[in-house]
Amino acid sequence: MSEMATRYETVMARKGEIMKRALGMDYAQFERSPIAFDYEGMMGAHGYSLEQIRGIQRAAGVGGTPLLELRNITDLVRSYAEPGYGARIFVKDEAANMAGSFKDRRASMSIHVAAEKGFAGVIAATSGNYGAAVASQAARAGLACIICQETFDSRHVGQPEIVEKSRLCEAVGAEVVQMTVGPELFFHMLELLEATGYLSASLYSPFGVSGIESLGAELAEEMIALTGAPPTHVVCTHAGGGNTTGTARGLKRVGARTEIVSASVDLSGLHMASDTDFNRKSFTTGHTGFGVPFATWPDRADVPRNAARSLRYMDRYLTVTQGEVFYVTEALAKLEGLERGPSGNTAMAAAMSLARELPRDATVVVQETEYTGAGKHHWSQLAFARAQGVEVRAGDPADNVPGKVIVIPERPEQIHAQEADLGKMHRSYVRNALKHAGEGYRPTPEDLVFMAEDTNTTPATIEEIAAGLRAG
Amino acid sequence: MTDEFRCSAGDWVEVEYVLLESSERAAGIPEDTAAQPLRAWVKGFARAGGMLGDEIEVETMSGRIVRGHLSAVSPGYTHSFGTPPAELVGIGRDLRARVSAYHADQAEGESVPSHVPGTAGPEAGE
Repeated sequence: MSEMATRYETVMARKGEIMKRALGMDYAQFERSPIAFDYEGMMGAHGYSLEQIRGIQRAAGVGGTPLLELRNITDLVRSYAEPGYGARIFVKDEAANMAGSFKDRRASMSIHVAAEKGFAGVIAATSGNYGAAVASQAARAGLACIICQETFDSRHVGQPEIVEKSRLCEAVGAEVVQMTVGPELFFHMLELLEATGYLSASLYSPFGVSGIESLGAELAEEMIALTGAPPTHVVCTHAGGGNTTGTARGLKRVGARTEIVSASVDLSGLHMASDTDFNRKSFTTGHTGFGVPFATWPDRADVPRNAARSLRYMDRYLTVTQGEVFYVTEALAKLEGLERGPSGNTAMAAAMSLARELPRDATVVVQETEYTGAGKHHWSQLAFARAQGVEVRAGDPADNVPGKVIVIPERPEQIHAQEADLGKMHRSYVRNALKHAGEGYRPTPEDLVFMAEDTNTTPATIEEIAAGLRAG
Repeated sequence: MTDEFRCSAGDWVEVEYVLLESSERAAGIPEDTAAQPLRAWVKGFARAGGMLGDEIEVETMSGRIVRGHLSAVSPGYTHSFGTPPAELVGIGRDLRARVSAYHADQAEGESVPSHVPGTAGPEAGE
């Protein structure tokens, strides 16, 4: 073994100083202990009110997307729900944003900050719609843009959904660094940040997450105008946690008491950093491979403290299968004339399942759609899955096996979201927090309060979990 | 001259390069990933002519100069919409029939029938 530090180790050792310059803010001022930090202080530090955020976004051409009632989807659910059941389903058509998704809201704030602070360009690490959003907003602001993207497996085979996102980023003038599978993408992003002096337009900065608050506020106001009340339920497709966090914060800002339901595609059993598993998943985001780890340890992100802290806000967490989402994507196109997704329709599949168990006067808002296109389209996804050796068949979605079998439902009654155990996720969160605080660290009363807020539980619950972990 | 195998200076091309050899990769990543180098591809304007595989420099859209092996000249995109999967093509027809039947039924003010077109009723004996 060489005693010389590798290029990887050398760059990672400078992570703190590189990020401090590149993030455009100093996170150290919010630290309270190895566990606790001042979350609301950090979120408020950008200093933009909701009205200012909306003003910035209006100027950037972002937001103000249509809220659509899905009458045919609602009636379909009512046709098989118990009498008196079948909530009204609505969708916020976020695909109408310039780069095709709600990510424009996040990107518009990061770009505004970059321009205001005088950065010449921005860098983001993302294989999702966020890349196109940053690239598009950067183009409008006259800033350079580099997107680091995990695109290919070691055979240079690209997931078509990601290849399409590369294309869109490049179409609007970004430089896209396409990489093979591996978490060292972050290392290269650090190298690029250091070399260019650009802003790190992280998905998880307070700027980015605050940009989603306008979505929660908008949909609450539109529902009040349409139905006389804020929605009883909002379903958010959940991956890194920003969507759930920002939407819920926006709803709270306008005083809506709405149940927040997060939804992910179940990809349990697939390793996100595995070269061979990489192309065995049809969903590159909105899945449990991000959703669970980010909920239970938000600070795994590319910022010192993640602004997206979904356990604070989610009341329920539902999972659906890839086959169910493909089915619903087809249903949405054929019944409502909305060709979108598929990844963004994860919440739609969960909403159809949820609406069936709710009374007719309940209102369920799916708070986003995303654009579709070649590569992203569900037909393209299924063709690719088959080419990778994944079995695709019609049947009972309960027989789905992530990475091996995609089962397309035969009837809408078979769409049945699974309830994730939030108690288990709270335990996992506490275990992670204690582990990262270091061996032998005893949480203080302030830590217990922080962890209770971070999981929407009580200090007593946290204490009980911690005691259980100590007892092994 | 320029064709699919060679570029001239100023052409829009793609280069490939290794960011980390497999021996340099991060600890703790899955074995299948660790066995491979971390590779990257980027597009830009060629700073000199070359053949596929030649080491050249490109200037990217952000203005960076990147050195790598020429991997494509005029790199395009070939991803598509695929073909209609048999498991999906009937969904629209079946669900439209179900919604129509539900609407007809609502208009008559009756309860939902146990069997509507496009569904397998209990007598289907599947």
